[in-house]
Amino acid sequence: MTAPDRLSRRGMFMKLSLLLNGAVGVVLAVPIIRYLLSPVIRERAPGYESWLSLGDLGQFPEGQTRIATYRSPAANPSDGETANIPCWVRRVGGAKFQVFAINCAHLGCPVRWFPQSGLFMCPCHGGAYYSDGSRASGPPERGLFEYRYKVEHGNLLIHAGEMPTTGAPVARLTKIVPLTNITIGKPPCA
Amino acid sequence: MRLIKSVGAWFDERLQLAAPVREIMEHRVPRQTASWAYVFGSAALTVFALQIITGILLALLYVPSAGEAWNSLQILNHQVALGWFIRALHGWGSNFMVAIVLIHMLQVFLFGAYKFPRELTWIVGILLLLLTLGMAFTGQVLRFDQDAYWGLGIGASISSRIPVLGPWIVNLLLGGPIIAGPTLSRFFALHVFVIPGSLIAFVGLHVLLVLKLGINEWPMPGRIVRRATYVKEYHELTQKDGVPFVPGAIVKDMFFSGFILLALAACAVYFGPFGPSGQPDPTIIQTVPRPDYFFLWLYAVLSLLPPSMETPALLIGPVIALGVLLALPFFSGEGEKSWKRRPIAVLTILLVAVALGTFTQLAGRAPWSPVMDAWSGEPIPAIYLKGRTALERQGALVFQAKQCHNCHALGGAGGERGPELDRVAVVLTQDQLIRQVIQGGGNMPAYGKNLSPAETTALVAFLETLHPPGLAPARDSSLGVESGVRP
Repeated sequence: MTAPDRLSRRGMFMKLSLLLNGAVGVVLAVPIIRYLLSPVIRERAPGYESWLSLGDLGQFPEGQTRIATYRSPAANPSDGETANIPCWVRRVGGAKFQVFAINCAHLGCPVRWFPQSGLFMCPCHGGAYYSDGSRASGPPERGLFEYRYKVEHGNLLIHAGEMPTTGAPVARLTKIVPLTNITIGKPPCA
Repeated sequence: MRLIKSVGAWFDERLQLAAPVREIMEHRVPRQTASWAYVFGSAALTVFALQIITGILLALLYVPSAGEAWNSLQILNHQVALGWFIRALHGWGSNFMVAIVLIHMLQVFLFGAYKFPRELTWIVGILLLLLTLGMAFTGQVLRFDQDAYWGLGIGASISSRIPVLGPWIVNLLLGGPIIAGPTLSRFFALHVFVIPGSLIAFVGLHVLLVLKLGINEWPMPGRIVRRATYVKEYHELTQKDGVPFVPGAIVKDMFFSGFILLALAACAVYFGPFGPSGQPDPTIIQTVPRPDYFFLWLYAVLSLLPPSMETPALLIGPVIALGVLLALPFFSGEGEKSWKRRPIAVLTILLVAVALGTFTQLAGRAPWSPVMDAWSGEPIPAIYLKGRTALERQGALVFQAKQCHNCHALGGAGGERGPELDRVAVVLTQDQLIRQVIQGGGNMPAYGKNLSPAETTALVAFLETLHPPGLAPARDSSLGVESGVRP
């Protein structure tokens, strides 16, 4: 029998084996975690966003808002139709555009454009936006997400690729206008 | 018979399981727990078993690919013999399982079963509830239709509001920048491997704890739980007034489980499978996404919360709720078990039930959503047009053409986002109507830019006709003073 303060041969092997397995665990865990985090740790420097063509300018009459679709730059063969992403293109005039994400700034449902009343309406929680994308009513805290755009060789290009959420790159372009002049629950003419 | 016995003996000589299994089966439980109130845990386990079996059957044909999943469900529904029935069983099984788990939890709470020494059983139970809800949500995603697609969008939008980490969590959740192939694949892995695996492990632990600690006795008002004496008292109770679990208590469990399976199958046959609704094609925006039944209350909450409270409520609310549930056995681990002596517990349940019920009921109607096709699909009631002037009828046309009907009901049809307008002339004068239409406010968009003066005049003329026959429209009494006529 060994004294309690002395390391026995068996005890040392036990500790060594724990140490070895711990080291192996770490060695295996690093690649596993790296694999799991691959959607976050982007392979390419610019991330998921890139310039994508929405097609010829002629498709977008001045003063009107039309739907356009682009294929996600990150698409892979198994995506099917889910990689076709729609957006609303408003041609203010000439080469001045506004390109809005289809996703409501509240919780991402697809907003629909009503040219008659000049409003975007959301079917989920009732958000509404004016034709310039600013918030009109409902739960959204901000206007519609807007893509950066440029016109090249008669084509309209937008900088897109990531689903617009409040944290996505596209959201950082537009400032959140603080909610003022909103009277919830108060009769309009009280 | 002798052959069976000798084969059994051969196996038991090696496995040595007969004695412990018999011990488990014959362990004594308090006689009063052989009750119909104690059948929900075993029923949840039965439905879980059914979910595993039907899930494996579906996995034989389901294709977990964003491009193919929807088609494979159509094939299951329409081309494979009884494929629809297996889908219906699995879908209804999900609803039944969530419902039974909730009832089980309610019974455990009202019977004080979470108190000493069963705190850990309760905590594992909370984990099982979360896993069950996780199965329900991920299952809805695997039905990869429009509701699933936009439901994922909502999940991603909520996650994106988490401070600092939000955008990364969205990428992690979706497996990339958008809802696409990798999203479905990871939800498939969650629904088929990760969550069921955890469920099986935690169900095992849950049942083990029930066996080790004994089933909760029937609560008697005045029988107080004390840490020092409880275990001894419980042991005495099972000895004095106990019955063996088999056959004393298990009979009702078996009857109820059988009844539940029958009811589930009846629902599956009668109502059929859930969906899939439209194809998961984001370019089809003519859609009105709705969550599954057990998430409807959340849909209502998300619509009704004031915008400024939404993010805090979404991010902090669940943490508080979970914290309270997990901490419950620690701040209420002793004392009365009977619901008759726990009025706050009963009132809490009533409050939660009424709140969830109300939200669920509201979400079925969704008064906060505009009715997107009311302007073209719901005509203005004929009585509002009969005998009106040309200007007023022109105003009715403006009302339709400018989508007012999407948010405002007339004659009980149309949206409920804004107030119904059948009596609006009684409430607002002409000036007030003009102001409201042009400037909006009170959660209504301003229409000033989208209505010509002529359209506004016509619309207001029409709105002024909207009052019940016996009730005069509102008028500005100051106008009378101005013109020298007493109001």
